Amino acid sequence: MAKIPLTIDGKPLEVDTGKTILEVCKENNIEILTMCHFEGIGDVGACRLCLVEIEGTTKLLPACTTKVAANQVIKTNTEKLKKYQKITTELFFAERNHICAVCVADGNCELQDLGYKVGMDHVRFPYLFPKAEVDTSHPSYVMDHNRCIMCTRCVRVCSEVEGAHNWGVKNRGVEVRIISDFDTPWGDSTTCTSCSKCVNVCPTGALWPKATVQGQLVKNPKMVSELVAKRKMNL
Amino acid sequence: MNRQDLKTMADAAKAEHNKYKHKICVCCGAGCISSGSEAVLKKLQEEVKTRGLENDVRVVPSGCMGPCNQGPLVKVMPEYAIYQKVNCENIAAVVQSQLIDKKPIEDLLLFADSRPKPFVNAQEDPFFEKQYKIVLKDCGSINPENIEDYIVRDGYKALDKVLFQMSSEEVIAEIKHSRLRGRGGAGFPTGIKWETVYKYVADQKYVICNGDEGDPGAFMDRSVLEGNPHRVLEGMAIAGYAVGANKGYAYIRGEYPLAIKRFEAAIKAAKKLGLLGPNILGSPFSFDIEIRIGAGAFVCGEETALIASIEGKRGTPRPRPPFPAESGLWGRPTLINNVETLASIAPIINRGGEWYSEIGTPKSAGTKVFALAGKINYSGLIEVPMGMTLREIVFDIGGGVPGGKQFKAAQTGGPSGGCIPKEHLDVKVDYESLVSLGSIMGSGGLIIMDDSSDMVDVARFFMEFCMDESCGKCVPCRVGTKMMYDLLSKICSGQGSLKDIEKLEELAVYVKEASLCGLGMSAPNPLLSTLRYYKNEYLAHIKENKAFELKAAGEVSHG
Amino acid sequence: MKQKKSILDENLSRNDPRVKQILVKMKKENYRPDALIEILHTAQNSYGYLPMSVLAFITKELKVPPSRVFSTVTFYHFFSLKSKGEHTCLVCTGTACYVKGAERILSEIEKDFHLKPGMVTNDNKLGLSTARCIGACGLAPAMVVDDEVHAKVKPEDVKNMVLSKTGVRV
Repeated sequence: MAKIPLTIDGKPLEVDTGKTILEVCKENNIEILTMCHFEGIGDVGACRLCLVEIEGTTKLLPACTTKVAANQVIKTNTEKLKKYQKITTELFFAERNHICAVCVADGNCELQDLGYKVGMDHVRFPYLFPKAEVDTSHPSYVMDHNRCIMCTRCVRVCSEVEGAHNWGVKNRGVEVRIISDFDTPWGDSTTCTSCSKCVNVCPTGALWPKATVQGQLVKNPKMVSELVAKRKMNL
Repeated sequence: MNRQDLKTMADAAKAEHNKYKHKICVCCGAGCISSGSEAVLKKLQEEVKTRGLENDVRVVPSGCMGPCNQGPLVKVMPEYAIYQKVNCENIAAVVQSQLIDKKPIEDLLLFADSRPKPFVNAQEDPFFEKQYKIVLKDCGSINPENIEDYIVRDGYKALDKVLFQMSSEEVIAEIKHSRLRGRGGAGFPTGIKWETVYKYVADQKYVICNGDEGDPGAFMDRSVLEGNPHRVLEGMAIAGYAVGANKGYAYIRGEYPLAIKRFEAAIKAAKKLGLLGPNILGSPFSFDIEIRIGAGAFVCGEETALIASIEGKRGTPRPRPPFPAESGLWGRPTLINNVETLASIAPIINRGGEWYSEIGTPKSAGTKVFALAGKINYSGLIEVPMGMTLREIVFDIGGGVPGGKQFKAAQTGGPSGGCIPKEHLDVKVDYESLVSLGSIMGSGGLIIMDDSSDMVDVARFFMEFCMDESCGKCVPCRVGTKMMYDLLSKICSGQGSLKDIEKLEELAVYVKEASLCGLGMSAPNPLLSTLRYYKNEYLAHIKENKAFELKAAGEVSHG
Repeated sequence: MKQKKSILDENLSRNDPRVKQILVKMKKENYRPDALIEILHTAQNSYGYLPMSVLAFITKELKVPPSRVFSTVTFYHFFSLKSKGEHTCLVCTGTACYVKGAERILSEIEKDFHLKPGMVTNDNKLGLSTARCIGACGLAPAMVVDDEVHAKVKPEDVKNMVLSKTGVRV
């Protein structure tokens, strides 16, 4: 693969063309915060945590969907970016009803980890406290909309990897919710294959196996990434 | 139909039209229809017939003439006498005095109730005199549902010219030379956009006409689509020829049923004459257009969201790059232009890029259509050269603020724009000047506010709009607009504090920079611009908060 | 094995003229999934709104996932899952109408008919909705009663205007 030169955080690098900034950063151990990104499923650039500054561009661009180009000068850790990462994290927490103390994912939650990483000790913005439902109709799994951050990993893994298209998104704006089929109870789904991929890619305690108690959620996030990688190998 | 047939048809129609001594246009734009113009048209046709004038007078339903709040409007040519608020009762008198007695009824002439003396020739009225009509030139003078009317006025001549005398490169060079910029709001140079799409090699390319005029307070595109649909259609075909696309989509708002109906009729008529479809005018170029009807989502004005919507999906935007010019509709190179931009193409081809580039200002060439509304005497649709001052638009053309009230602000760019205060009335209206004042040109909505408007509430109104219209995909826009709306409501209801203003300022800059698409990036603009010019009003609301007053000193010192 | 019951099991009569209109449209669009929005427009035109049974019918005919149809329907404000009432009253809340007092028209309707935007009267006779902008800004404030645009509406005239157009009784 052809190599191109570029600079990330002052470090000159030679990288493969055609890759995204996020991929290149990972290969070079430059940490980029992500949430909607998940190895093995398509990127949408929606959470805005991976925004980077590129010299010559006034807009901040998401590392997950922006391809590298020759001679780019990229910055990933400016004060401005750090500030925005923190606000984004605060908005995640304020949008729905995240109460770690009673959550199955406590201690094993990507949102919680994010809070620690950006140094968020409290949320400065008013909590929205929306009314959100808990769908327990599926025989094996639970969907708790209070803990959903609308990263849409579940929607994408279900359509792109499993091909079931059980999950979708209804409404718009702050009223968006993850839906199953026609917004019918998950247990009544005509498309769900109960494959558990969505549960394993969910970053928070929104999707979890029944009979899990507080703080005891165990997920297998590698399941989907490895599955996709193996498929590509065409063994 | 081949080239010669088109010319023959134009000549024959011209000769036919010249037989008549008078042409009377009855405005049948959506505005005048709601004021009852269709009945007036019918009554006028009867009146002309009963008086035996049908060989002298041609009665035509036309598109928008401009001063919408004076409707129904009736224009008598060649005198250029415009009558306002015409109804079925007084139309007979108009026919009698204007056509038979040759003496206009002054009391019924345009602006008779507000000008000291109305103008017998409406072109001399400042409302029209200060305008420069290119896009709207034939709007209000031709029957939008009759393709002949368009052809008589050099319609499809530009398409004929590009197909037989110009290469794609030459067409693009001409558009570049004209310095035309996208009229949808952002002002990206049209020629460069065309060239980018042209350069990509693909088995299929598309041209999309963006008629999703979602900006509340704007009706330019609606009026053009209703009043002169063939002009837009011709612009699309020329664009298709230039970039190498043989398929076009016109995405029109569902709220505009009349525009959809007329555009549909225009496509049908053009196809019948071979001006659309396979081998246009006998050339090797083929071009077809399909209409897609919007379903009520402001965000679909954003290019990538519009594409998703045409593909039958939720209209959520995706990150750019890649730009639609490279990967657009169904992953193919796609050119997206706004209605007004496309309506400017034929005149540029006919009269040359040089001619167009000399109108307006060096950086913003040509004319711009504005929808003038709000607290203004003469609201309606106007077209002015770029660089005209806001004062001229508001006071000379619009006749100033009614009811003895004071001008307070002009809101441009709708929910993506800002407010321009009294101090800046002399700003030259072009892309850069408006941006420097914290607003944007936008698609052309121009809402005038008087001193009765509460500017914090104006900011709240637009934030509510953006919150409702946010697609919900990215976090800053989805949650940020809701947070800002809640804070603004709090301040409006007298519950706010200085801390809330700080939070608003912080969120506004964040949402502007971190959002995925143009909707989020511009959503804070009305807030930021009112904070910039009317901060005292925010502070006044906060002072209403009695509980706050007690601890105000403490909070300020912490700030 | 027991099969799950679903809305997809319901069938619409293909002889229903409204269903026929949808079928004609689908045929014209070659049953392409990307014509979903166009087909939804047709369905809403014939039914006045989009009943779940119709969504299920479209889903089956186009062979698209149910979540795709429901996601799309709920994204666009034009589409309604509930009946909008026999008569409709739509108040424009665009900027020009806002500046000229659309709020007062809405509060007048709320007072006279006990309706808030998005609601239908108990007898399903009258429904109230708002529009982002109907493009009649020069004639603000504007409202639409059963497809007829009323310009420069005065709050005090609203009640009679709605009553005379729709024959609704308060």
